[in-house]
Amino acid sequence: MVDNRQNTNLTMRTPRSRVKGLGASGHGASHWWLQRLTAASNAPLMVAFVVVIALMAGRPYAEAVALMSHPIVALILILAVISVTLHMRIGMQVIIEDYVHDKGLKIVSLFANNFYAVIVAVSCLYAILRVSLGKLV
Amino acid sequence: MPPTLRPTTAQPLSPHLQIYRWTWTMAMSVFHRITGTALYGGSALVAIWLVALASGPAAYGWVAWFFGSIAGQLVLFVYTWILMHHMLGGLRHFVWDFGHGLDRERRLWLARGTLIGSIVLTILIWALALTLR
Repeated sequence: MVDNRQNTNLTMRTPRSRVKGLGASGHGASHWWLQRLTAASNAPLMVAFVVVIALMAGRPYAEAVALMSHPIVALILILAVISVTLHMRIGMQVIIEDYVHDKGLKIVSLFANNFYAVIVAVSCLYAILRVSLGKLV
Repeated sequence: MPPTLRPTTAQPLSPHLQIYRWTWTMAMSVFHRITGTALYGGSALVAIWLVALASGPAAYGWVAWFFGSIAGQLVLFVYTWILMHHMLGGLRHFVWDFGHGLDRERRLWLARGTLIGSIVLTILIWALALTLR
């Protein structure tokens, strides 16, 4: 990123702080960065996901399993699940932090958000591996 | 009790969304969060579909029956549109993050393009999926 500020003397930050590039907690921009990183990976993965869903639609069970067992299909879905669940977890965290002001409810919501994202991720990954690896045994 | 109490009279708050005239960029920004939230909930549908596939033909039959029904097809159609809208909205944010398209005309057309593009892509995807079946 280019530092395109008109006058860097106007900042409250010390020169050392600017050189280090870290915020107060030491990872100020990490969520922002991960959101962009996973957005970039989501875009092609979701296009592929839509194609997979369209191919799956209306197929009998055996054909659906056979399609899912294809390594390319399974790999696309595994990558998509990882990328999407990371993206949605921090996206929902921002929404909770912006709109839920009650401290107790905010903590409960943040916990629930993490649990939901992990449950969705692990359920999907387990199912994909179960179906795609099952045929080899 | 602490010595300094908050005044009990209603204090003026800083103005929020409701006092502003709706603009395209504002509407698409709000809609980006709404579509993101919808996709967040929709990820459970993907999990249910995948777990059903791993559970066997009986469970998969129920899920396939639902997604094949009129209600299920409607859910999938709206889901496609929401996904495309959120994806184009994200790409728009990438353009802005790199410092492009921020002037009045371009930011307006990027916002409009998100809505128009998402509708066009959704219809294209469903037309392709239905004709190639």
